[in-house]
Amino acid sequence: MKILVSAKRVSDPNAKLAISGDGKWVEGDVEYVMNYFCENAIECALALAEEHGDVETVALGVGESDETGRFVRQGALARGIDRGIVVSADEAIIDSDLIARVYQKIVEKESPDLVLIGKQSVDGDSNQVGQLLAEYLDWPQATFASKVEIKGDQIEVTREVDGGLEVVALSMPCVITADLRLNEPRFASLAGIMKAKKKPLDEYELDDLDLGDAAPKVRIAKMTTPSGRKAGVLVKDVDDLVAKLRGEARVI
Amino acid sequence: MSKILVIADHDNVAAKKITLNTIDFAKQLIAKKGGSFDIAVIGNGCGSAAAGLTGYGAGAVHVVEHADLAHPLAQGFAKVVADLAKSIGADVVAMSASSLGKDAMPRVAVRLQAGMASDVIGIVDAGGAVAFRRPMWAGNLVGDVVIDTAVQVVTVRSSAFDAIAASGGASPVQSFAADPGASRAKFVRFEGTQSSRPDLTEAAVVVAGGRGLKDRFGPITEPLADLLGGAIGASRAAVDDGFAPNDYQIGQTGKVVAPQLYFAIAISGAVQHLAGMKNSKTIVAINKNADEPIFKVADYGLVADAFTAVPELVSKIKAVRS
Ligand SMILES: Cc1cc2nc3c(=O)[nH]c(=O)nc-3n(C[C@@H](O)[C@H](O)[C@H](O)COP(=O)(O)OP(=O)(O)OC[C@H]3O[C@@H](n4cnc5c(N)ncnc54)[C@H](O)[C@@H]3O)c2cc1C
Ligand SMILES: Cc1cc2nc3c(=O)[nH]c(=O)nc-3n(C[C@H](O)[C@H](O)[C@H](O)COP(=O)(O)OP(=O)(O)OC[C@H]3O[C@@H](n4cnc5c(N)ncnc54)[C@H](O)[C@@H]3O)c2cc1C
Repeated sequence: MKILVSAKRVSDPNAKLAISGDGKWVEGDVEYVMNYFCENAIECALALAEEHGDVETVALGVGESDETGRFVRQGALARGIDRGIVVSADEAIIDSDLIARVYQKIVEKESPDLVLIGKQSVDGDSNQVGQLLAEYLDWPQATFASKVEIKGDQIEVTREVDGGLEVVALSMPCVITADLRLNEPRFASLAGIMKAKKKPLDEYELDDLDLGDAAPKVRIAKMTTPSGRKAGVLVKDVDDLVAKLRGEARVI
Repeated sequence: MSKILVIADHDNVAAKKITLNTIDFAKQLIAKKGGSFDIAVIGNGCGSAAAGLTGYGAGAVHVVEHADLAHPLAQGFAKVVADLAKSIGADVVAMSASSLGKDAMPRVAVRLQAGMASDVIGIVDAGGAVAFRRPMWAGNLVGDVVIDTAVQVVTVRSSAFDAIAASGGASPVQSFAADPGASRAKFVRFEGTQSSRPDLTEAAVVVAGGRGLKDRFGPITEPLADLLGGAIGASRAAVDDGFAPNDYQIGQTGKVVAPQLYFAIAISGAVQHLAGMKNSKTIVAINKNADEPIFKVADYGLVADAFTAVPELVSKIKAVRS
């Protein structure tokens, strides 16, 4: 069995964000971290490989080649993923749709049985790539996964949805997107980091992939910082709170 | 001129209130671009849900029924939406950013060769073009997104639009023959959270608890929620630790709410939590640590131990009301 997993870098969401000069993204001079949801996807792939044996795992990153390569190596290969693929592209002009089409081309080359992708990016928050890819491939999908179990030739996935949990069964090949409660991502071990240096990392240019029209479908015209909320007052005690909620806010 | 197709959220019996927020989005877009909107109710045995949506000014309410759509999965649902959108010539397809909307609408976009904007909170101008405003980085920043394709797909954040009232009139109900097609995905079961309280996204009052409530999450939050007719929500940590079910989660990766009154009880106020509640009208924070960031967004902060303060609050509200 072969599993393709996602490895996307994001600017550290805990760092102070400043909008870039052209108003279209954030200042590039920040720390980057692995997208949290990709960590869950990677952990899921590693756990399935450990449980079932005979599983090849491949990580894909799309973006500026050196940096993306570094993230694929440190974030995925060092944790135990077998090999990596980098598709070199300008992150300023790739939208979710174009990324999904890049995944589609890599899937056609690699023929994985399962593609495991983060449910969303913690920078763009779009929550689209996995679903777009599944449709481009005409494959079934299970998004927002909090549990993934292989049962014979089926994969049973528990999904976190409005109102509770939904269980679906998919036959492979299929796409699954990882939610945070899927697992507790492991850290890379020192041995893992050493081994990762020798693991294969293939690189493609966007132009090598025969995408046809490689134009994005959406673009950011302008970013702004929403006006914040002002802190209110501290109340003395419960009596004071009840009085304010009744008299001032008129909500109880 | 635009032809907008609004996809209803419903439980086959009746439309969910968030459908009305999506209709508000459609009406706001029409106010900018001109045009009209239709509504689609897709499910199985969902005629009554469709009948309930005829008074909102839609050109038509399309009922699309199929046994495989009783528990809709993304692949078949998306095919049906796209087939209908093509047959009526829709150039905008909108659904709320519910779990089904998030799951299926990107697939609709691929079928319609459309660009997509997720979780739209507003419609703005961007140099002559219509742009969709959407939150990024857990709502710390917002982006105005222009979709450059002829057909456009959006999911709508319901808390940013009004649940509009019926406007009268009687839209014709039309049935559309659904063919969800074959899929290698099968619905197995749904494990629903039982609750007699209002839906989180519809409630006027939300009582949310955090990790600090530990295994007394229920005994502390339930009496206050029931007294005020509110819904119960939770932080991610409270869900992760098993004190509350997953669909209680509020925040970047959970539900987004904007009730009249929000109680954050033993919740520290991480940005990812604030992403789901900071547009609430009145926010009350109860936390034993005065330095927590939740107090920076709260209208009323009470520094106290929740285990004593919340029961006291319940009894004092009862007292002043009687
Ligand atoms: C350094 C940097 C600069 C950027 N500059 C701009 C800019 O100027 N303007 C702009 O509009 N956008 C910019 N972006 C963002 C852009 O590249 C988005 O990441 C892209 O549009 C994907 O959208 P999303 O992340 O919202 O996708 P989502 O649909 O939320 O992603 C879902 C999942 O898809 C996978 N995925 C997403 N992207 C990748 C990837 N690149 N490689 C591998 N897997 C991936 C992940 O698993 C993710 O969890 C920049 C990003 C970076 C890292
Ligand atoms: C990618 C990503 C997505 C995330 N998405 C979400 C999300 O959607 N929603 C979300 O909520 N979080 C989310 N988080 C997690 C978030 O960062 C915080 O970890 C989480 O919100 C913390 O929950 P908490 O406030 O309950 O717990 P803690 O931060 O542990 O806070 C507990 C609080 O309880 C108080 N307390 C303890 N005992 C008492 C007492 N007896 N009386 C009064 N107060 C007491 C403490 O002072 C403290 O403030 C996400 C994180 C990541 C990385």
